[in-house]
Amino acid sequence: MVDTLLSALSALLTFQHLAYMFVGVGVGLMIGVIPGLGGIAGLSLLMPFLYGMEETAALAMLIGLVAVIPTSDTFSSVLMGIPGSSASQATVLDGFPLAREGQAARALSAAFISSMAGGIFGAVVLTGFVVIARPIILSFASAELFMLSLFGLSMVAVLAGRSLAKGLAACCIGLVIGSIGGAPATGEFRMIFGLEYLYDGIPLVIVGLGFFAIPEIADLLRKNSAIASGNALGSGWFQGFRDWWKNIWLSMRCAGIGCIIGAIPGLGGSVVDWIAYGHAVQTVKKDPKFGKGDIRGVIAPESANNAMQGGALLPTMLFGIPGSGAMAVFLGGMVLLGIQPGPSMVGADLNITYSVVWSLALANVMGAGICLALAIPISRLTQIPFQRLAPFMIVLICFAAFQATRSLADLVALLSLGVLGVLMKRFGWPRPALLIGYVLAPQAETYFYQALQFNSWSFLGRPGVIIIGLMTLASVFFGLRNRVDEHGHVVPNEDDAPDVPSFKAHLPQIVFAAAMAGLLLVALNDSLRHDFLGQIFPLSVSVVGLVMLAILMPQLVRGKIGHHAHFDAELTGDHVGQEGIGNLWGGLAWIAGLVGLTALIGFYAALLVFFPVFLWVRAKAGLLAVALMTIGCAGFILTLAWALSLNFPTGLLQDSIELPWPFR
Amino acid sequence: MNTNFNITRRVALGLAVGAMALGVAGPAAAEANFSGKTVEWIIPFSAGGGSDTWARFNAPLLSKYLPGNPVVVVVNEPGGGSTKGTNLFAARAKPDGLTILGTSGSTQFPYLLGDPRVRYEYKDWKIAMASPTGGVVYTSPSLGLNGPEDIAMLKDKNLVYASQGATSLDLVPLLGFRLMDFDVQHVFGFKGRGDGRLAFERGEVNIDYQTSSAYLKSVQPLVDAGQAVPLFSWGVLNEAGEVVRDPTFPDLPSFVEAYETLTGAAPSGPEYDAYFAFFTAGFPAQKMVFLPGETPDEIVDAYQKAFEDMKADPDYQANADTVLGAYGQVTGVLAQALFEKGTTITPEIRAQVTGMLAAEYGVKLGE
Repeated sequence: MVDTLLSALSALLTFQHLAYMFVGVGVGLMIGVIPGLGGIAGLSLLMPFLYGMEETAALAMLIGLVAVIPTSDTFSSVLMGIPGSSASQATVLDGFPLAREGQAARALSAAFISSMAGGIFGAVVLTGFVVIARPIILSFASAELFMLSLFGLSMVAVLAGRSLAKGLAACCIGLVIGSIGGAPATGEFRMIFGLEYLYDGIPLVIVGLGFFAIPEIADLLRKNSAIASGNALGSGWFQGFRDWWKNIWLSMRCAGIGCIIGAIPGLGGSVVDWIAYGHAVQTVKKDPKFGKGDIRGVIAPESANNAMQGGALLPTMLFGIPGSGAMAVFLGGMVLLGIQPGPSMVGADLNITYSVVWSLALANVMGAGICLALAIPISRLTQIPFQRLAPFMIVLICFAAFQATRSLADLVALLSLGVLGVLMKRFGWPRPALLIGYVLAPQAETYFYQALQFNSWSFLGRPGVIIIGLMTLASVFFGLRNRVDEHGHVVPNEDDAPDVPSFKAHLPQIVFAAAMAGLLLVALNDSLRHDFLGQIFPLSVSVVGLVMLAILMPQLVRGKIGHHAHFDAELTGDHVGQEGIGNLWGGLAWIAGLVGLTALIGFYAALLVFFPVFLWVRAKAGLLAVALMTIGCAGFILTLAWALSLNFPTGLLQDSIELPWPFR
Repeated sequence: MNTNFNITRRVALGLAVGAMALGVAGPAAAEANFSGKTVEWIIPFSAGGGSDTWARFNAPLLSKYLPGNPVVVVVNEPGGGSTKGTNLFAARAKPDGLTILGTSGSTQFPYLLGDPRVRYEYKDWKIAMASPTGGVVYTSPSLGLNGPEDIAMLKDKNLVYASQGATSLDLVPLLGFRLMDFDVQHVFGFKGRGDGRLAFERGEVNIDYQTSSAYLKSVQPLVDAGQAVPLFSWGVLNEAGEVVRDPTFPDLPSFVEAYETLTGAAPSGPEYDAYFAFFTAGFPAQKMVFLPGETPDEIVDAYQKAFEDMKADPDYQANADTVLGAYGQVTGVLAQALFEKGTTITPEIRAQVTGMLAAEYGVKLGE
């Protein structure tokens, strides 16, 4: 085993292999920086080149790409508050406040070193664990997987925000959104309202971007200023290293969590950052300021999301079961190279496994190094007035969104969820709770049904179920004691929040809560039309959500001034009363404009109109700047689309006349 | 078209020039010539799945063997259980040979079942190639079986099967087990056959099937270790359209033989017809490449010839086993036969299957 390990390393350490790995790392870093684009897009970019490549070089390239995306996606999370990919949504919570305090350098260096440590941890685990992982992975049956999805849901306790009722209602709405589409037990289609788009459910990337990226863009666009005031990066490169060193056990624990979640097939890694973040909040005792810029809130998710990749490779290589979308593409790449995953990966093909391990470790070091080197130039972006950056961000996010099903419907869904996201942010509804619900809904429902089918109710007596059940209870207990929201710690619940003492001022949030109740009623009504197995999950979830709203509503209507349920950023946010704050809906209107134009003339033509108009009208840029930036953006998008060999969403224009690519 | 930007195009041009120099480019005037063109191969699935891998394996070879060496790009159009991309092809593709479609069993099944999302008609298309696949059904030794000859012992057992859904490819085992009169509890919601195999290894299910390459790689070791017992292969279709033994598993009976062992008679009747229709669409005719129906014959012939010629290529031979699962890709008469058998269903059989699925499994096709 040691021989194989060393010979795999020496095979990798040739100029050619390292060069290919560098290509993978380079593409991965670029894809990671762009919000919304993740491993799937990156791997699809490289797939056409795999053909005829030498095995080790090709694997090095693929692994290089997968490994570093959770490293570089930190840039936009910390610098702009827009998650670079679904793996670093939690990093925003503390990373962005740190950047606004002028500590971006500290946050970034802590994030990169954590990413590197997490990645190497993942590689080490893979090395030793791969040989013995089979029986351990097999010990997680449907019953245990169901309990693990409950454990994931228990993180809602810590992320529920000031009002527990509001947090749980948000989680229920997430669960309802996650149950749109085919029911796992019967295949009947729920809440599709005759729309073909909804048959498959709403894709994760749309939910992530709609709830986390759009509200940030809309917010940033209201102020006509750069993201960072003064020194964009601040000092503190070494502070970041020291922070990580001081919290090395937290970092290692979160790396362990990341590995385990990645390694268990069927759980999916899309909430690993939130689970790690929740773990940090639950366990950190020394003066926590989570939500307000606590460096540990950066270290935890960043350690976990890189370590997850190492864990996720286990089921992919041992069983051919991809733990995530990116791993599915990686698996396709392996097959193209003539490598069939299976038990032989720890037998005859152990050398392949170990070259993957080394690639993973080296790529993590490479990625963190490059990110540190690039941090200063990239962070200059935050000194640009945001209205000049905004069209790029809007176009990139729309581009990322329609990777999901490559249709206009993706953009419409993005916009609709974006509106919901903006309102949830305004009224203090915790979006992380919604996201966790959304991601875990299919898992919780499927595994519960399967566990009942396989074991009937006796599954509750399995030792694994009991252990995970106790962990879940502990997590809920510690979570409730340490609740956080975007504005910091909220426990104990003191009813002393800044508030405006008038029923009329509270009306918008009351209306919003009523609208959410309406949404749940629609889900409830829809569920009644289905068979028992198809209806039980959405039915129970919407009933629980309605109960939560029944608790919330009286608090909102009759609660005394400063009641913890009250929240409206338009009444009490930092920006209230300041000069030059734009309308809440301004940013959304621009995005809606791009989507509407796409429906008329197709995405690429719409982009060519939207971009200069935005820069000219909204950003008041000069003619030359408008021309150069439009050409730059259009060229970049075109290159990316060509490399991914995709057609843009079409509009009415394309229905009537023939146009050449990229306009068709 | 994106002809101005292609890197691979340079490679293709290089190959074309090389081919000319060797004098094998052939007479180009009267025949189809794709020189300087880009062929879009629509795959109605997302990147990384079986169909995507299959297409990406074939694309460079197709480019190499089509006259004029066009660039062949795989365009993923996922959604709607593969109906979205297929509808797109049906609505948009022109009969110039520059847009082709790769379908899978998941594209055939909604068509056969009359899914309301289907707006395509197989009979409108011409087939360029069919790529068969096969699979092996196996059980747990805890049921007391020692080999395929003991299949009758399953009669009174409680069998549990991990299914991806009643309208997925797992409809074939569902219909097959019904035909054999086994008492099988289908547990739905699995994400793939690999996921189902994991459930078998965990002991949650006791009957399972895997496609051939996965069987050889992951189940054969279990069989050797006495942890799994093979029962039968689904079998393959010969040119007469009969089910025969799968050449990959010459020692295993086919489904039809196993049925005979079990009942003493060959399967027949409407229930068998229903099984046979979905079996053909799911295995022998699982993956197919189509051109629009008005495509001139010389273009269709050029595609068939390219798919035939590539089989001698060392790149094809090196990886064909892993990607195609030990089954050669077929063209010509056999492909045509598979195409017809795999996309034809009588209204009575459709009604019988959808009625059974609705009554017993609560399946509604989303009307």
